Amino acid sequence: MSHLAETFAAAKADNRAALIAYLPAGFPSHIDCVPVIAAMVENGVDAVEIGLPYSDPLMDGPVIQAAVDASLRAGTRIGDVMANVAGVASTGAPTLVMSYWNPIERYGVQRFASELAAAGGCGVITPDLTPEEAGPWIEATDEHGIDRVFLVAPSSSSARIDLVAQTCSGFVYAASTMGVTGARTSVSSMAPKLVARVRESTSLPVCVGLGVSTGAQAADVAQYADGVIVGSAFVKALLDAPTPSAGAQAVAALAAELATGVRGKSSANVL
Amino acid sequence: MTEHLTNGSATTVPDVAGRFGIYGGRFVPEALMAALEELDAAYRAAIIDPDFTAEFEYLQRTYTGRPNPVTDATNLRAHAGGARILLKREDLNHTGSHKINNVLGQALLTKRMGKTRVIAETGAGQHGVATATAAALLDLECVVYMGEEDTARQALNVARMQLLGATVVPVTAGSRTLKDAINEAMRDWVTNVDRTHYLLGTVAGPAPFPEMVRNFHSVIGREARAQTLELTGRLPDVVAACVGGGSNAIGIFHAFRDDAGVALYGFEAGGDGIESGRHAAKLSVGSPGVLHGARSYLLQDDEGQTIESHSISAGLDYPSVGPEHSWLRDSGKATYESVTDVEAMDAFSLLSRTEGIIPAIESAHAVAGAIRLGKRLGPEALILVNLSGRGDKDVATAAKWFNLVDTGAEGAV
Repeated sequence: MSHLAETFAAAKADNRAALIAYLPAGFPSHIDCVPVIAAMVENGVDAVEIGLPYSDPLMDGPVIQAAVDASLRAGTRIGDVMANVAGVASTGAPTLVMSYWNPIERYGVQRFASELAAAGGCGVITPDLTPEEAGPWIEATDEHGIDRVFLVAPSSSSARIDLVAQTCSGFVYAASTMGVTGARTSVSSMAPKLVARVRESTSLPVCVGLGVSTGAQAADVAQYADGVIVGSAFVKALLDAPTPSAGAQAVAALAAELATGVRGKSSANVL
Repeated sequence: MTEHLTNGSATTVPDVAGRFGIYGGRFVPEALMAALEELDAAYRAAIIDPDFTAEFEYLQRTYTGRPNPVTDATNLRAHAGGARILLKREDLNHTGSHKINNVLGQALLTKRMGKTRVIAETGAGQHGVATATAAALLDLECVVYMGEEDTARQALNVARMQLLGATVVPVTAGSRTLKDAINEAMRDWVTNVDRTHYLLGTVAGPAPFPEMVRNFHSVIGREARAQTLELTGRLPDVVAACVGGGSNAIGIFHAFRDDAGVALYGFEAGGDGIESGRHAAKLSVGSPGVLHGARSYLLQDDEGQTIESHSISAGLDYPSVGPEHSWLRDSGKATYESVTDVEAMDAFSLLSRTEGIIPAIESAHAVAGAIRLGKRLGPEALILVNLSGRGDKDVATAAKWFNLVDTGAEGAV
């Protein structure tokens, strides 16, 4: 059983959804990235996506754009991403990379998959790669035992959901809404229906991302999904924090709130 | 009758996956795949529908002003090694450039798909103005994304778009130019795709845009080929065009694709010179990569981060290019060279003074390239240049370049 599969199985045995958190590599700084994520893991994050900062993040809203720009300005390179992966993987949490396609293609698909595996990474999420264009990537990820996660969207036809689900390993990423990353006041009503449609195509876990930022939203999504993915809310907490230590405290508190949520409780019940 | 809107030749690309060799394809968020499939189906149904083609051709004739002429630039000859230079006058189209050809086609498709809103990116403002124009004509809501740097250097076109009823959104991300305007338009599209068509302005982006935009512009080459034959009794030795994203170039190249004796030349922006690193010469010094939904030549670093382009011409200031140009380059079917800001502005001035035609700075790159080729090929050569746009929008930039602006008390230009 893969590391990711074990994590989903353990959450399921616990009768809850898994909590998956995103932060860009090199953010909030090269020194603080791994410790901040480790604090999130200590507070209930089950798996981690490390974003590979890219110059043209066209699926991301302003919050993640700002973080990625800051990381790139600080000089983050793919070697730094791999180092962050190794640091986070050492916490024991399954660690994936979220990357737009061009950096992986330019770096070399074999080289990328091989170095990620060596760093202890377990999977890659590719938000702008479709199964139709993924031939060499499927070979490379198979060869190096890396899970490859593609996205489905509310607009996806049944035929496309089938295709994406069959190409995925690890889990299927269901985009909750039509749009880019960023917190929203409510999680789209399209998400439960999309998850149900994906389940008709695959027995893989289905995780929901885009727009989840609070424990209450996580509790809502956890009722129908195997995993809840939160990105912009963590990034925003760090961007808004006056000091690095305040940022670490804020993301730890948010992780705890979301972890309570994925256990089917709203944070109000706990406090 | 509709042959020109379909591929119409066994030698043409793309294939069914939208690939031109290794270039092109669809590298987009899954959320957009349904819209691309819908667009592809609507486009293929439209181009074999006589009602659609009749309406498209009617608008080209009565609204755009097609066919526009070919002008024999006899005064320019002496400056171009004696070569005979013909100018295809896309600058005379309504809205001032070739962009209207594609815009009318896509705006009609938008109506056909039952969508009520169009969004567009623009660099120089030519595509934004054309889109705002078609949106006004066909009663579509219109939002144009434009890099903040470009809104400053093309302020006149911002005002034109607003006069036409469009909303212009300055984009402050990244290099604040065309590349970032496309990112922002893609973000809007993925969010509002159910009622919005992304009216992409060049032969780049995911399939079917490169093929569709090419075919809507193919009227340029079809007219120019017939006009050249009528005027000179033969085909040109060279067809020359500027290349930013590459739509005007593909538009004029396409009709000559099976003419073995015709050399196709694209001129991209050399900016401050290739060696300076400040340029937009992706076909000269870039490498294959994926940006904005397609694989093509790209200015990128060793880890796939996009390198910002530079050019005096906002319309050529783009780090990638349509995938068909990459395919034409690799297969040797077309040749690409770069023209610096200085060379382009010299040609801008020369054409203005010798022929009484003020070209767009984009198009001045093609004129500079033609002059270079004329000197190389000599007086027997016949060179057809796509004069893709007029220079009204560039008067402020040119006045500054040539120090025509009196900053003293008189204040007159």
